Amino acid sequence: MLQVQDINVYYGAIHAIKGVSFEVRQGEIVTLIGANGAGKSTILQTVSGLLRSRTGSISFLGEPISGVPAHKLVSRGLAHVPEGRRIFLQMSVEENLEMGAFTQPPSGVSDDLAHVFELFPRLKERRRQIAGTLSGGEQQMLAMGRALMSHPRLLMLDEPSMGLAPILVEQIFEIIRTLHQSGTTVLLVEQNAQMALSVADRAYVLETGTISLSGTGQELAQSDAIRKAYLGG
Amino acid sequence: MTFLSYLINGISLGSVYAIIALGYTMVYGIAKMLNFAHGDVIMVGGYIAFCATSYLGLPSIAAVLLSMAVCTVLGVTIEGLAYRPLRSAPSLAVLITAIGVSYFLQNAALLIWGSAPKSFPSLVGLEPLRLFDGQLVITSEAVVTVIACIVIMVALTLFTGETKMGKAMRAVSEDKGAAQLMGINVNHTISITFAIGSALAAIAGVLLCSAYPVLLPTTGSMPGIKAFTAAVFGGIGSIPGAMIGGILLGIIEIFGKAYISTQLSDAIVFSVLIIVLLVKPTGLLGKAVNEKV
Repeated sequence: MLQVQDINVYYGAIHAIKGVSFEVRQGEIVTLIGANGAGKSTILQTVSGLLRSRTGSISFLGEPISGVPAHKLVSRGLAHVPEGRRIFLQMSVEENLEMGAFTQPPSGVSDDLAHVFELFPRLKERRRQIAGTLSGGEQQMLAMGRALMSHPRLLMLDEPSMGLAPILVEQIFEIIRTLHQSGTTVLLVEQNAQMALSVADRAYVLETGTISLSGTGQELAQSDAIRKAYLGG
Repeated sequence: MTFLSYLINGISLGSVYAIIALGYTMVYGIAKMLNFAHGDVIMVGGYIAFCATSYLGLPSIAAVLLSMAVCTVLGVTIEGLAYRPLRSAPSLAVLITAIGVSYFLQNAALLIWGSAPKSFPSLVGLEPLRLFDGQLVITSEAVVTVIACIVIMVALTLFTGETKMGKAMRAVSEDKGAAQLMGINVNHTISITFAIGSALAAIAGVLLCSAYPVLLPTTGSMPGIKAFTAAVFGGIGSIPGAMIGGILLGIIEIFGKAYISTQLSDAIVFSVLIIVLLVKPTGLLGKAVNEKV
């Protein structure tokens, strides 16, 4: 579904992503794990068109997408929940969700809203509330709900567990499983390697801009190197 | 009764400032830039309406519509040619470019229409209202200006609050990157903002010239700067702020002229800005940025 071939991304003179290749197949949950600053978010931003790779190619559903502006990828089925959620803090919960449906025909929006409210009942209770007043967990739910409004084929989640209490992390991952079971392919970027590996079909480990290891979620969860580096022994 | 008449003059002048300030504040809110050429778009709007009535003999409404159309095209063109290539440039570069565009428009107007002032025919041309046995006279220009201001305010509030495009504008103004991830075309949204701002500038140009009927290539610069002051005064980026700021500024200017000093009225206006910024740096309705981490 998504093929990333040998991409190189620079921030000015800094070579942030050095020849990274990976793929996500239909129906999988794939995770990119790695320490802070390894380049995980940069990769997602490059896939979604917010950043450009200098060389290499990215294709989505069989079509090349490097160089396609971010706003055109949404209607092709690519949704990106960015790091730090980036919900529209001054808009209401419902308006945020409507923005998620920006590329969708207006006729289906109310059904999609109902679907998102079913997944995240908290959002329904707070639909008229200004998004900036939500708690961290609710903001993460809103960011995910907003992305779902565009009917994504591939959902890219950047650190959904960041800054959340363990019980909320469990909830968020439960929702990721639910979405996956209903047919959404997921590319998950996480620092919380343990949680990420527990849901992932396959995983890639990123270290300072290159992929150092890859394998199934289970393999990596049991690998000694990973246990030492990311899972606390 | 003179107090009341000054007040009405102030509200009417302030309504023009408010309409101009709305253009400043919308563009600032979305593109995060100060479009100092905005005042000169007002001047172009005035000249177009002048030509439409004096040379082409068009009726007032047609002249206003023509002026709005020309200014809309002009505003979108300026944005596309001058500002869009600088989207990721430092804000100082954009600011200097805006000042450059401002001088360009003034000098282009000087070339086309000459330096001799044109006397602008009133496009309203209705009888003034006489109240209290003729003691209080309200010009029809003042009435039309205030009504136009209210209509524009209501329309913009509905547009940004209720329509998909208006909500997309608010989304872009908050976070361009996240807006792109929603499928919103940011460049397109910025163009629409310039189109709306410039159409409002044309209306302001016609209203301003109807009330103060001397048209020069520099006609737009002072009202432009005052409207910018009004936008900052009300809280730049805020639509109701621009409205309140504009009207208050108009009232302060007229009262300053009437009760303190005609020469000092502009100084008084700008002193108000300085005081407001000292006391409340975000302006009257400006939003303090507080984000949850």
